[in-house]
Amino acid sequence: MNSQKTKDFILSNLRRNVRETYDKPDLSFAKLEYPDPVAAFIQTATTAAGAHVVEMNESDDINDLIRNAYPHAKTIASNVPGIKADINPDDVDRPQDLDGTDVSVVEGTVGCAENACIWVPQTMKQRAVCFICEYLVIIVDRKNIVNNMHEAYSRIEMPEKGFGAFISGPSKTADIEQALVYGAQSFCGVTIILR
Amino acid sequence: MSTQHSKKANIFVKDTAVVDRHDATFWAVRSKRDKMAHEVPEWENLREAASMIKKHTVTHLADYLEKFASNAEKNGVHVHWAKDADEYNAIVLDILRNHDVKKVVKSKSMLTEECGLNDSLTAHGIDVVETDLGERILQLLGVPPSHIVMPAIHITREQVLECFRGHGIIDKEGQKAAESMNGDLKTLIAEADPTFLTRCARYHLRDNFMTADCGMTGANFGIAETGEVVVCTNEGNADMSTSIPALHIVSMGIEKLIPDYESMAVFQRLLARNGTGQPTTVYTSHFRKPRPGYEMHIVLVDNGRSDILGNEDHWQTLKCMRCGACMNTCPVYRRSGGYSYSYFIPGPIGINLGMLRDSDKHYGNCSACSLCCSCDNVCPVKVDLSTQIYKWRQQLDSMHHADPMKKTMSEGMKIMFDHPGLYTSALRMAPIANVMPSWLTGIAMEPWCYGHTMPVFAKKSFHQLWKSDLKGKK
Repeated sequence: MNSQKTKDFILSNLRRNVRETYDKPDLSFAKLEYPDPVAAFIQTATTAAGAHVVEMNESDDINDLIRNAYPHAKTIASNVPGIKADINPDDVDRPQDLDGTDVSVVEGTVGCAENACIWVPQTMKQRAVCFICEYLVIIVDRKNIVNNMHEAYSRIEMPEKGFGAFISGPSKTADIEQALVYGAQSFCGVTIILR
Repeated sequence: MSTQHSKKANIFVKDTAVVDRHDATFWAVRSKRDKMAHEVPEWENLREAASMIKKHTVTHLADYLEKFASNAEKNGVHVHWAKDADEYNAIVLDILRNHDVKKVVKSKSMLTEECGLNDSLTAHGIDVVETDLGERILQLLGVPPSHIVMPAIHITREQVLECFRGHGIIDKEGQKAAESMNGDLKTLIAEADPTFLTRCARYHLRDNFMTADCGMTGANFGIAETGEVVVCTNEGNADMSTSIPALHIVSMGIEKLIPDYESMAVFQRLLARNGTGQPTTVYTSHFRKPRPGYEMHIVLVDNGRSDILGNEDHWQTLKCMRCGACMNTCPVYRRSGGYSYSYFIPGPIGINLGMLRDSDKHYGNCSACSLCCSCDNVCPVKVDLSTQIYKWRQQLDSMHHADPMKKTMSEGMKIMFDHPGLYTSALRMAPIANVMPSWLTGIAMEPWCYGHTMPVFAKKSFHQLWKSDLKGKK
C-alpha cells in the first residue's frame, strides 16, 4: 500500500474525468428571519428540540438557577468561571472519570432561532464532559441569538482545541418502532439559560 | 419475466400488515419533510444552491481534495488515501494494529458498509461495536440495514426485546433502566417499552464507550477551507465515540467535500429537514484537530467515485448526501421494503449506485421504479434520479439483461402500432375476450394478469363512437 501512489491515481483520475466545470453559486438570496429571534429561539428550543429554557434576570444567581433546574444532582461538572462545580474537566486526566456526572454546565457562543442549535466550542481539556452527563446546562447570551444557520456559520469561531458542536436539545432516537425517546447515548435533558 | 427485485418484493407483500406499517411509516416521514420544507420560504433557493455547490465541488474535486488534505495535515491530522475497499480496509487495520486496538466503537457510516469493514476487522480479531441504536440492534441480530437513515425501522419492539434478552442485555441492564424511569421492570418487559429498551441499550453501549480503544465515525461533510469534518447525529453516539477512546478514525468518501462554512450552512439547513423532517440533527459536530496527546486519522476513499465523475449520464449521483428522502417518498420502496433490493442502499439512489457498482449483479433493481419522478422533486441536491433509472433501462438490452418476454411483446406491439389496419381489426375483435372463459384469458398472459383483473372491453371502440354517435350529435 503506497499512499502517495494512490493519492496521485485518485487526483489524476478525477482531473481526467472532468468534462464541464461549474462555478460556485451566488448565495445572496433572502434568508428566513424572525421579527423577534429570541422569542423564535425559545419557541423552537422548547418544542422541536425538547429543551427547557430559563430566562435569566439581572437579579438571578446563576448557580441557584442550575440548582433549581436539577435539585437532585449529586455531581456537577464545569470549567465555566463562577459556576459551582464538583469536578473541573480541565483537571481530569481520563475522560472515563467523568462517567457518572449528573449535570455538566457549558457555555455556548451562538444560538440559532430556526433550529435551536447552540454552538458549543471545546474550551475544556476533556470534551467528554459535554456528552457523558445525564443532563446538560448551556449558558448563552440573548445578544448572541441569530436568525438562521447562515448567520450562525458566519459568527462561530473554532477554538484552539479544534472541536466544536452545534447542539439542539437532548440526544434522542426513534429507532425502535419510530417511538421518540429522549436520552439515547448522550444527555437525557437540556436546560438552556438565556443570559 | 420477474426481476430479482419483484421476486423478493412478492415475498415482502405477502404480509399486508407489515406492508401497511412500512408504507405508513415512511409516508409519515415524507409528510414531516414537506412540513419542514414549507416553513422555509427560501427552500427552493437552498436546493438549487446545494445542487450547484456540489456540481462546483465535484468538478473541481482534485483541487479541493488537495486543499482539504493539506489543511487537515496542518491541523495535526493523519490523512490516508484509499483507491478501493481492499485498500481502505487494509489502511484501517494497519492503524488499529499500530495502536494495539482490541475494541472499536463505531458511529453509523454507509461507507464502511460499502467496503465491508466490519467483517474485515472481525476476521482479524477486532471487536467492533456499532453505537447507533438501530445499527446495534441489526448487528446483534446479524442482519443488514433496510434503510440508510432509519436502518432498523422494520424490526418490531418485541424482536428488539428478544434480541437484547438473548444477548444478556436485559439481565445486565434491565434493573438500572427500569429504575431510571421509575418504572416496574416486569411491566416494562411485558410491554417491550421502547424507552426501556433504549435505556437498556444506553447502559450497554456506555460500557463499550468506556472500554474501547478507538472511535470510528463517517463524515457527512468535509470542509476544504479548514480541513475539518462534520458529523451529524441525533443520538450523540459519534461524540461519545470520539471524546472517550484515545484514537479517532474518520472514513470519508471523496465526494463528501464542500468548499467552506458558507456552503456548510446550506447543507446543514437541508439535511435533517429533508431526511427525517426535523429542523436539525441534535448534534452537528465539527472535528478539526486531534485531542491533545491523541491521534486523529482521516481515510479518503475513492472506491469507484473518480470513475463515476467521467460517466456523463450518472456523474450527478456524486452530489448525493445520503439523506434517504428519495426512498421515503418512493411508492415502490415503501411497499416493497429495503431487502427487496440487491444493493445495500435501496430506493432510487440505491438503484443507480448499485448499477454503477456492478450492473450484472444489480440490474434487477431497475424494475423497482414506476417513473413517477417523486424522488426528483424531493432530492435536496437535485440528483436526476428517475432520468438515470430510465437511462439504465434503455441500456439493459445492450447489457443482455432485457427480459425476453417483454422484448417479444414490445416487438408485437410495434407491428400492431405500425399498421393501422391491423390495429383497427384488433380493436374490433377485442370484445370477444369478454365472453372468453377467465381461465383462458388469465393463463394466456399470466404475468400481466397477476394482480389485475381482465378489463371488460367496450362493445364499440372510441374511434367507432367518435365516427358514428358523437360526431353525428354535433
